[in-house]
Amino acid sequence: MDKAQLQERIAKRVAMELKDGQLVNLGIGLPTKVSNFIPEDVKVMLHSENGFVGLGGTPKENIDPTIVNAGGQVASILPGGCFFDSATSFGIIRGGHLDVTVLGALQVDQVGNIANYMIPKKMVPGMGGAMDLLTGAKKVIVAMEHTAKGVAKIVKQCNLPLSAQNAVDLIVTEMGVIEVQKGGLILTEVAEGFCVDDVVNATEADLILADGLR
Amino acid sequence: MNKLISMVEAISLVKDGDTIMVGGFMANGTPEHLVDALVASGKKNLTLICNDAGLADKGVGKLVVNKQFKKIIASHIGLNKEAGRQMSDGETEVVLVPQGTLVEQIRAAGYGLGGVLTRTGLGTLVEVGKEKINIDGVDYLLEKPLSADIALLYAAKVDKAGNIVYQGSENNFNHVMAASAKVTIVEAGRVYESGMLCPNAVMTPGIFVNYIVDGGGLDG
Repeated sequence: MDKAQLQERIAKRVAMELKDGQLVNLGIGLPTKVSNFIPEDVKVMLHSENGFVGLGGTPKENIDPTIVNAGGQVASILPGGCFFDSATSFGIIRGGHLDVTVLGALQVDQVGNIANYMIPKKMVPGMGGAMDLLTGAKKVIVAMEHTAKGVAKIVKQCNLPLSAQNAVDLIVTEMGVIEVQKGGLILTEVAEGFCVDDVVNATEADLILADGLR
Repeated sequence: MNKLISMVEAISLVKDGDTIMVGGFMANGTPEHLVDALVASGKKNLTLICNDAGLADKGVGKLVVNKQFKKIIASHIGLNKEAGRQMSDGETEVVLVPQGTLVEQIRAAGYGLGGVLTRTGLGTLVEVGKEKINIDGVDYLLEKPLSADIALLYAAKVDKAGNIVYQGSENNFNHVMAASAKVTIVEAGRVYESGMLCPNAVMTPGIFVNYIVDGGGLDG
């Protein structure tokens, strides 16, 4: 799999987690691709943290430069959507009105801690809205590649600065799906082309195998 | 009272060492003409409160490139490499704040609150040095108000009383910042006579706005 195929596989699997009627925030990068694979019969509304719901894609014509997404790219608003200020936008996030957030991560650990905003002295762009999304969303889905250049990203304990504690509910990678439960990380699905041992070997954290995988 | 002033008059209100708030998100909803005039003025040692550091050639990023800030308080600086360089090289102090916390700190200042309690940042570097308060069994961080000397805002439509109507996603931080500076200046895409904007459609009350500059129909 090249990188694009791998990301498409992850995005497709995340899309299956979304339910009709949900309000969803998709992070920048891989998570944004999830919107391409939402099933026809599932209508979700996308939240854009810069201040609207009803986020649509970049239009091919009739571009309105006053509408951008949270990555600063020109976007659009769909029927039923509306604009608001940043205080309202983060009230929606922190106040428990956002059903799902899909975010990337540098590391996730066995208790659902997540590091996704900085590598000290190397990459310090700032957390933007990520910490609020992780704290406030009802369900947090991490969409990421299973390893970074062969190094495990799903670890026993994060050693990068945390974005939030005990925040992650589900991890979707190209190798499978992992649920974060009170008792630990449950491997619930292994993706086509991989076996359980492949996933276990690529994961530093302890994995508990779901019933069907034992 | 006539709130409509020239760009030169507006920038003369900013002094070296002032704290300025600038509206906009990745330059969407940033008053570009006011920023350009501030760049030309060469005002120095400013503190910036803004969602982000803009882009190198757009929004507050132009002020960053011109090295006019001694301190930047923002949620994200990743789209402006020069801001990152100034932070790494110790030229500019950068304080990174979660976006939802930043907007609430600004809102608290303008709305007479002593701070806000949020769970965002608990268990992270954000909580360092801050007071934790337990309310009914739940821990929160106390985040204190953030105010400024000057707020520089942008809106597509402003009437001569200062009433504001934003366009698209340009509202973002503008509405909240309007109340939180000693002097609030809004750049209008178009200036309207008082009474021309429907009172029910106004998104930010004109009483928060001290001055208006004519941005010359930026949005056509």
